Amino acid sequence: MANDPIHQFQIQKLFPIEVGGMDLSFTNSSLFMVLTVAAASAFLIFSTSGRGLVPSRVQSVSEMAYEFVASMLRSSAGTEGMRFFPLVFSLFMFVLVANLLGMFPYFFTVTSHIIVTFALAMLVILTVTIYGLLRHGMKFFHLFAPAGVPPLLLLIVAPIEVVSFLSRPISLSVRLFANMLAGHITLKVFAGFIVSMGAAGIAGAAGAILPLGMTVALTALEFLVAFLQAYVFTVLTCMYLNDALHPSH
Amino acid sequence: MAGDAHTNAEHNTEVHIPESEHGAGFPPFDATTYASQILWLAITFGFFYWIMKNVAVPRIAGILEDREDRIAGDLSEANRLKEETDAAIAAYEQALAEARNKAHGIAQDTRAKLKTDQDARREKAEADLSEKLKEAEAHIAGLKTEALSQIGEIAGETTSALVEQLIGKAPTKTDLTKALKSAMN
Repeated sequence: MANDPIHQFQIQKLFPIEVGGMDLSFTNSSLFMVLTVAAASAFLIFSTSGRGLVPSRVQSVSEMAYEFVASMLRSSAGTEGMRFFPLVFSLFMFVLVANLLGMFPYFFTVTSHIIVTFALAMLVILTVTIYGLLRHGMKFFHLFAPAGVPPLLLLIVAPIEVVSFLSRPISLSVRLFANMLAGHITLKVFAGFIVSMGAAGIAGAAGAILPLGMTVALTALEFLVAFLQAYVFTVLTCMYLNDALHPSH
Repeated sequence: MAGDAHTNAEHNTEVHIPESEHGAGFPPFDATTYASQILWLAITFGFFYWIMKNVAVPRIAGILEDREDRIAGDLSEANRLKEETDAAIAAYEQALAEARNKAHGIAQDTRAKLKTDQDARREKAEADLSEKLKEAEAHIAGLKTEALSQIGEIAGETTSALVEQLIGKAPTKTDLTKALKSAMN
């Protein structure tokens, strides 16, 4: 079981809770959601508690995160998009910290479960749709009929736009989920090779250097992926929010 | 992790391992855990969003805004000081130009005054000199007429003596004067 690469994604009940036949237990996944929120909040709040005019090192990290997300949102959705800043910043920090916490050995990766990433993606898409409809009413559907397209072509383009809109939550959630899942499985598999080759005598132990090197390289890659996927998730969120603000492209 | 949770986990894996060959045991696709995950995600992410919106984001925004204000304030202060410096330099240069003009004026005045003084003195001296010259000329003219009259007398005497020698008889005074006059003219 130690070598089972899927084992790390197992949900384990820590405090079983059942309401009306529904299993709402506090699980290891819930624990790591709490840890993610606690770590991210604590870092952002304590690092900025000095409110230094000249930032300390930790404070400048928080400021960099803030300005990174702010410039992302401003460049794709304009200054109007800044009203969604708390949401976008929360999403970025939550996904980033969850991904990075998952890099610790024996830690659970919250974002390696499709239901979590799908729920986050649905939060984004519902925000876009509801805000877009409230703000623009029926004009929101101009999103599916780009300006300047001949009416005949519109018969083809509109369904494509509808499909692409509907597939957004899926692509958004699957991208993050699959990257985290695949990365952790690959790491686990290569790390497992080291153990099983090491057990196979001298020649095996010498050969185990190869998967060891691979594991080291993959660990670095996974740190990159952890950041990159949080970034991609946030950038796409910003672009979708831009659709809610300016539906007529 | 509590001990009973561990046994629980083992229990879970034991249940799911046979199913995993069919794909249903793959934990991310185990729908029985979805309700719990969604609930806890909603609770934790909702709380996180609340903290970000009400504490972290306003605080970082405040820090950045303060810094921007401070920088803008410092820049405008620097600008103001620069303008003051420029004004001071301009005032200094104006004072310098005024002083230079004044000095120039004083020098010119002095020069003009000196020149008039000198001119007056020179004119006076020249007048004095010309007066003296006239006096001298008058004196010389007096001397000259005196000398000339004496010349006539001497010439008369000489002539009468000469005529007396020549003809043995002194000419008359009227003849002599007539002859002398015609000769001298």
